[in-house]
Amino acid sequence: MSNILRSFLYRLGAALIVMIGISMLIFAIARVMPGDPARIALGPNATAEQVAALRLERHLDAPLPVQYWEFVKSVATGDLGKSLYTNRPVTTDIAQFLPATLELVFVSGILMILIGLPIGILSAHYRGRFPDHVGRLISLLGVCTPAFVWGVILQLVLGYFWGWFPIEGQLSQSVTAPPAVTGFMLIDMALAGNGAGFLDALHHLILPALALAMSGLGQTARLTRSNMNEVYERPYVEMARAYGFPGRRIAMRYGFRPALIPTLTILGLEFAAMLGNAFLVEKVFGWPGLSRYGVEVILRKDLDAIVGTVLVIAAAFLIVNIIVDILVNIINPRIRLAAGRA
Amino acid sequence: MPDNTQKPVLAIRDLRVAFGDRRHATEVLHGISMHIRAGEKVALVGESGSGKSVTVRLAMGLLQDQKRTHVAGHIWFDGIDAAKGGPEVARRRGNRVAMIFQDPTSALNPTFKIRGQFRDVLRSGDRSISKADADRRAEAALAEVSIPDPKRALDSYAFQLSGGMNQRVMIAMALANRPQLLIADEPGTALDVTVQAQTLKLMHEMTERTGTSVLLISHNLGVVREFADRVYVIYRGRIVEHGTTAQLFHDPRHPYTRALLAAIPKISGGGLPDLPERSPDFENPLIVHEGCGEPTEAFA
Ligand SMILES: Nc1ncnc2c1ncn2[C@@H]1O[C@H](COP(=O)(O)OP(=O)(O)OP(=O)(O)O)[C@@H](O)[C@H]1O
Ligand SMILES: [Mg+2]
Repeated sequence: MSNILRSFLYRLGAALIVMIGISMLIFAIARVMPGDPARIALGPNATAEQVAALRLERHLDAPLPVQYWEFVKSVATGDLGKSLYTNRPVTTDIAQFLPATLELVFVSGILMILIGLPIGILSAHYRGRFPDHVGRLISLLGVCTPAFVWGVILQLVLGYFWGWFPIEGQLSQSVTAPPAVTGFMLIDMALAGNGAGFLDALHHLILPALALAMSGLGQTARLTRSNMNEVYERPYVEMARAYGFPGRRIAMRYGFRPALIPTLTILGLEFAAMLGNAFLVEKVFGWPGLSRYGVEVILRKDLDAIVGTVLVIAAAFLIVNIIVDILVNIINPRIRLAAGRA
Repeated sequence: MPDNTQKPVLAIRDLRVAFGDRRHATEVLHGISMHIRAGEKVALVGESGSGKSVTVRLAMGLLQDQKRTHVAGHIWFDGIDAAKGGPEVARRRGNRVAMIFQDPTSALNPTFKIRGQFRDVLRSGDRSISKADADRRAEAALAEVSIPDPKRALDSYAFQLSGGMNQRVMIAMALANRPQLLIADEPGTALDVTVQAQTLKLMHEMTERTGTSVLLISHNLGVVREFADRVYVIYRGRIVEHGTTAQLFHDPRHPYTRALLAAIPKISGGGLPDLPERSPDFENPLIVHEGCGEPTEAFA
C-alpha cells in the first residue's frame, strides 16, 4: 500500500511541475498577445494618463521575469490578482463560475460512463450482430460530431420540437436560486431542502451534460468494444465458454473486467477533455460557467483573469488524471500487488 | 484390444468444417470420424495445421458461433448432437466434457483470484452450490493434485503462481465436476519439458483414479506411446490411420504414420520433431487396424 502512496506523491510532484510550466507559458502568452490590456480595460475614452497609471499599478511595464515573480508571490498567498474587467479578485470570479462548470462536467462524466460502457459491452458481446451495428453507429456519431453541434441538435429536437427539456439556463424563471452554500446548484438545492428546485436544476442540466458527453461517450464505447474484442481472443475467455459459464458472466467477468483497465486510462483523459469542450456547450446553453468566463476575459485581454482561469482548469485536469491513475492501480491486481510487494 | 462393449462418450461422425465466406470457404476438416469410450485414453497426432485443435474446439462448441464457420457432420455426446454448437450446447453438454489448454497461465483470468474462477467452474456443474461448499470442494480438489497450500493458491492470482502450479490448478478445475471426458490440447507445451512431463503424469494418475476418458492432442509421439490406449493419426484434415497404440507403433501401415515414427528419435534433443517431407503417398486412404472400427450404434 505504501507504494501506491509513493506513486501518488510522485504524480503529485509531476503535476506540480506541469502546473509551473503551464503558468509560465500562459503568463507569457497573455502578455505577448496584441493589444494594451490597460487601454482595453479603461475603454477608448480614457486619457493617456489614466492608462499609464493603471499600467504602473499593475506592474505592466516591468520586465516579464519580474512580473512573473510578483505573480508567483501573490499566488503563494492564494491571490490570483484582480480582474481588469470585473474589478474583483480573480478568485472571487472563479469561485462564482467554476461550480457550474464542474457540475456540468461531472454529470457529463457520469453519463459518459453510464451510457458509453454498456454500449461498448453490448457491441462486443453481440459482435457483428444488430446491437453491435447500432452501438457502433452511435459511438461514431458521438465521436465525429462536435459537442456544440450536439448541443444545437438536442436543443432543437428534445427542447424545441418535443419540448421535453428546457433550452437554456440553469433554472426556470419561476424557481428562485437557493442560497449559495457550495455554489453547486444541485447541492445547494438539496441543502435548502428544495425538492422541486433540485428537479428543475437537474432538468436543465441534462441536455448540456448530454451534449458535452457525446464525444467521450462514443470514445468510451469504441474503446470498450475493441478492448473487449481483444480480450475475447484470450484463452481464459475460451475456457469460460468451454465450461459453459452463463453469457452474462463471460461478458462481465471474463470479457469486460480485464478490458476495463486499458479503457479507464483513456476514460480519464476524455473526462478531462470535457473541461475544455465545456465552453462551446456553455455558450450554446447559456450556462453560467467558468469556460464562458474564460473566453470573455481572453477577448478583453484581462491578464490576471486569463492566467487564473487557465491554471484552475489545468489543475482540475491534472487532479482528474491523478484520480484515474490511482483507480487503475487499484483495479489492476498486477500493479496493486507489485506495489505491495516491493 | 479395445473394449467395444462400452458405449462411446464422444463420437464424431464425418465431421467437415470450412472457414470463410460461403463462396471462398476453405475446407479444413474433410470428414473426420472418431470415438472415445469410457475410461479410454485416446491420442490424436499429426503435424501442425493438420486440424487437431479445430476438431476438439468444435467438439467443445467453441468455433460454431463464428459467422464464417460452416460445419457439417455430427458430434455426439450421449444423445446430444453438438455439431451446431454455441453456448446452448456448452450448457447442455454441461460438465460431461472438460478441456485443458496449452498455456495454463493465460487460460486463467488475470483480474480475479483462482478462488473466484474455481467457484465459477463448480457452479457450472451445480448451479445451487454455496460459496462455502464451493471453496471446500476447490480446496479438496487442489489438494488432490498435490498443491501444497490450497488455501493460499485459491487466494492467488494466476500470475503469482508458477506455470506448473497453474497447470495443476487447471487439471483440478477440469476434473472438479467429474467429467466423463477430458480433452487436453497439447497440455503444457508452453511450459518446460520436465514440468510438461509431470503434468502428463498427473493427468494420467488423476484420470485413472476417476475413470475419466482422455483425448490427448500431441506432436510428441514419445508421450503418446506412454499415455494413450488408442491413436488416431490426422493428416491435412483427414484421419489416415487408426489403431491401438501397440498396433500403430509396431505395425505402422500408412506412409505418413511411418514418416512420423521415423522422426521420433530426433525428439530426444528436446525440440520439436523434424516433420516428414511431404509425399503424395500421405494422401493414401484411411487404414483402420483390427478391432478399431467405428461403433455402429445409432446415437441420435
Ligand atoms: N478460426 C479459423 N478460421 C480460419 N481458419 C482456421 C481457423 N482455425 C484454424 N484454422 C485453420 O485450420 C487449419 C488447422 O488448424 P489447427 O489449429 O486445427 O491445427 P493443429 O493441428 O491444431 O496445429 P498445431 O499442432 O500447430 O496446433 C489451419 O490451416 C488453420 O489455419
Ligand atoms: Mg493446435
